[in-house]
Order: sequence, then C-alpha cells, then structure tokens
Amino acid sequence: MTIEDIQNEIIDEFSMFEDWEERYQYMIDLGKDLPLIDDQYKTDDNIIKGCQSKVWVHAEMDTDKVVFTADSDAIITKGIIAILIRVFSSQHPKDIIEANTDFIDKIGLKEHLSPTRANGLVSMVKQLKMYAIAYQTQL
Amino acid sequence: MFKVENIRKDFPILSRQVNGKPLVYFDNAATSQTPQQVIDVIVDYYSNYNANIHRGVHALSQEATDLYEQARYKIQAHFNAKHAHEIIYTSGTTHGINLVANGFSALLKKGDEIIVSALEHHSNIVPWQMLCERTGASLKVIPMNQNGELEIKLFETLLNQNTKLVFVNHISNALGTINPIEHIIKKAHEVGAAVLVDGAQSSPHIKPDVQALDVDFYVVSAHKMCGPTGVGVLYGKEEWLNKLPPYQGGGEMIAEVTFEKTTYAALPHKFEAGTPNICGGIAFGTAIDYMNAVGFDAIASYEHELLEYATEKLLEIEGLKIYGTSERKTSVISFNLEGIHPYDVGTILDKLGVAVRTGHHCAQPIMDYFKIPGTVRASFAFYNTKAEIDVLVEGVKKAKMMLS
Repeated sequence: MTIEDIQNEIIDEFSMFEDWEERYQYMIDLGKDLPLIDDQYKTDDNIIKGCQSKVWVHAEMDTDKVVFTADSDAIITKGIIAILIRVFSSQHPKDIIEANTDFIDKIGLKEHLSPTRANGLVSMVKQLKMYAIAYQTQL
Repeated sequence: MFKVENIRKDFPILSRQVNGKPLVYFDNAATSQTPQQVIDVIVDYYSNYNANIHRGVHALSQEATDLYEQARYKIQAHFNAKHAHEIIYTSGTTHGINLVANGFSALLKKGDEIIVSALEHHSNIVPWQMLCERTGASLKVIPMNQNGELEIKLFETLLNQNTKLVFVNHISNALGTINPIEHIIKKAHEVGAAVLVDGAQSSPHIKPDVQALDVDFYVVSAHKMCGPTGVGVLYGKEEWLNKLPPYQGGGEMIAEVTFEKTTYAALPHKFEAGTPNICGGIAFGTAIDYMNAVGFDAIASYEHELLEYATEKLLEIEGLKIYGTSERKTSVISFNLEGIHPYDVGTILDKLGVAVRTGHHCAQPIMDYFKIPGTVRASFAFYNTKAEIDVLVEGVKKAKMMLS
C-alpha cells in the first residue's frame, strides 16, 4: 500500500469514532499493545527530546524500503507513534520524503503534532524524513 | 467580605469554554488570569496615554511618565521597600535574577562561594552556574528531603566566610513548599553574604515585607499576580544596587555620554536601559491594587481551604502520589498516578477542559531527586472553586481508567 492509501485507511477507521474519548482510547490501546522498538535501540543516541515525553526512533534499510521502529515513555505519544510508523515504515525513502502529515489533522489529533507541543512528535517526523533522506542517497 | 462568585465575575476568561467544556484553570503557578480592572487599564493606556516616557516634553509623555512612576510607588508600598528607587522594573523574575547575577560577576573572585537550594527553578540555577563559570566561584546546593523541604541544618554547614551569595525561592514552583527564608537570610547575613529571594511563586499568595525580611534582593513577575506578562520588578537594597554595575547599556540609563566616557544615571534608571514596558508597569500597579482590595489574608485563607480540600479528594484516588508534602506549602499540588506518565494525564485533563501543567516544571533536579520524569501540577488561585476541584478529581479518575 502507498503512504496515501494507508493514511486514507486510518482516516476511515477514525471516522467511526464518535467522540474524543473513543479516539483516545483507541490510541491508548495502540500504545499499549505494540512492542515498538527493540530494547537495544532505546539508547541515548536514538532519543528525541521533547520537553515532556521521550521518543526513541530506530531506522534500518530492508532492500529498498526504510523500516522504522520507535517508542515513547508516554502512552498517548506512543499511540500516535504507532500510527506514524504504520504510515511511514516499510516505504521507499523517496515516498517518505515527499509525504505529508495532514491526515493527523483529519483524525482529530492535530494538537499532538503542533510544533509548540512538547512531546517530541514533530521532531520525530523530521527525524523519520532525515533517515529517509540519508538512505535515499545510498540507493 | 470574600465571595468567590463575585471575584470570578472580574475575570472574563473564566467563563470561556475549552474543548466544549467550561474552563477549569489550574495552571496559576505558571501564569495567573487577568481581571477586567487590569484589562481596562491596558486598553485605557493604549487608547489615551501611549507615549514614550521620561524624555518627552509633550503632554502625553508627561501623563504616561506620571502613571508609570505612580505604579512604581504602588509597588514600593506593596513590598514595603524603603525607597521607590529600590524598585527596578524588569521584564520579569528571570530578568531580575540575571541582572543581579551579571552585577555580581564584577564583585566575585575565585574561591568565593554561592549557595542555591535544591528546590530552584532553572531560572534560579542557570544564571548562577554561568556566574560561577565567569568568576571561578563555586556553587553549593542546599539539599532537600522527601517532603520537599530544604535541609536547613545542612544549609548552615555550607555557610562560611567565603559565602558571598545565597539564592533561594520563597516558594517552590514545582512543589509549593514555603521555604524558611527569614532564617536563611539571618544566617547568611551572619557570614556577610547577600541573599536573593525569588518571589515569583510567593507574591501571588502572600505580601512580603522586604524591610522586615531584611532581604537584599527580591524578584517577582507581574503575570503571576494578575498583571500582564513581560513585566516584573527587582527589589534591591539601595546599598547593593549602588554597588552593582549596570546590566545593559542604552538610552534611559545614562547621565552623560561622550565617546570618552559615559556616566550612569542614578537609581532606578541605571538598570532600566531602553524603552520599558510602560503599559505593563502601569497595569502591574493596578493588579497590585486589585489583589490588595481582595486582601492577602482572605486570599491565603481561601487558597488554603482549596488546598486542603483538593489534597483530601485527590488522595482518595488509589495509586495517586503527591510530591511536596510539607506542612508549610501554598496551593500547589504536584502529583502522579502510579505507572502513568504525567503527560498522558495532562492530555486527558485538557480534553475535559482542565488546564494543569505537566512535566518537570523547569525544576529537573527536583524530578531527578524523586526519580520521576515529571508530575501533573494543579495550582489554585483565589478565583478557583471547590466545584472546579471536583471536576479535576473526576478527570483524574477518568484518566486513570483510560490509561491503566
């Protein structure tokens, strides 16, 4: 599936929720369920410092696709990471570089990707793209 | 007579909604809300008096200058400074601290010692670290205990003839602990050290008397006291302010300028380079009038009632731990739910219209002491109600349910 297909799929899923509580409960459950990163990659080198919640990101290449794993110490942040990973991971670097994150707005989570929110997610998206740019040059 | 329902009518923002819910504003330790009386003065200033001060011969400039200087007298009276020129307008507490730290860089030498407390805000740690780097002085820390209180006996052992400065907040922003500054000042003076007290968190709750305290420097921000942001004052004893060199060069702070030499203006202008926050200063005076009209005794006793009520209700929630359990504290409750990140709790509370602060509250050393990433901090002001605390408590229960 392309990044856009996945984003549309997520928008569809979220459209079924009636209020913020259902949306957040879903994200919290996503955050709880997924083992997102191998512990060996939860290093200081891989940490993205938001003022409040920490985010770890690890990237590796699988033939011509970038595979991301990530984690956070806050569960709502982790839930959003799960969504971002679903969108961006196992994609071609070029597609990752060109993709936008407007879908976050459409699923009612805009405030979490606001540059003023001190949760590290904005930096995380930047970091994903940086990895993609780096891998792109190697292809 | 203190009636919270009447007071709330003075604060237009308290009737707005957030995320479709009535706003419950419990982030007062970060910034207080603004009463209509202060908002009116700001509007009035820009509608009728806006001009640059001190230098103009025209009527507007004179009127603006009068209002700005009258506000200085109000602030002097409020803090009971001996002289109006001991009140230096700043952009806020951080500016005041930096002004003093910078001034002391000319007075300190290698081997001198500075003492700060473990309960400090970053703004009261970093400037002193920078000062130590510049001068070769060393920084010592008054430790704290599990209740979030300073270990005063240990403080006394840190004092010696090399101690030149002691910096401590009157009240901790992260935990609400009221520090025994009277004792700290007395002991510091015994070895000849100057004391700077950060009053950012105390000034909204109590009325400090700087002469009775015998404090050398006391810094506050207007925006914690129902005033606007971007303005505050540094109180300094005249003798100390005369000893310190100017902080910034510019207009307003000079007596005479030639390319060979500049002589500096007298206090307070020596420390007030450039065009100040004129409207902010005037509005700060009005905010102080407003708080005094409500009455600091009434404020303290009502806020204490809110603190006790909220503490009792929150502690009924299983797995909730409060950080900062001193007998002497103001209306600040820092807490966590067991196994749940404070950021998550704050996010859910925001969805319910409850504004709290989450994180390390710019006091990372305190969080490191408790080995936590941060806390949820609810801080109450005199315009808050028990009904709002009930909304908070229900919100925390909901957050716990969703996040567990």
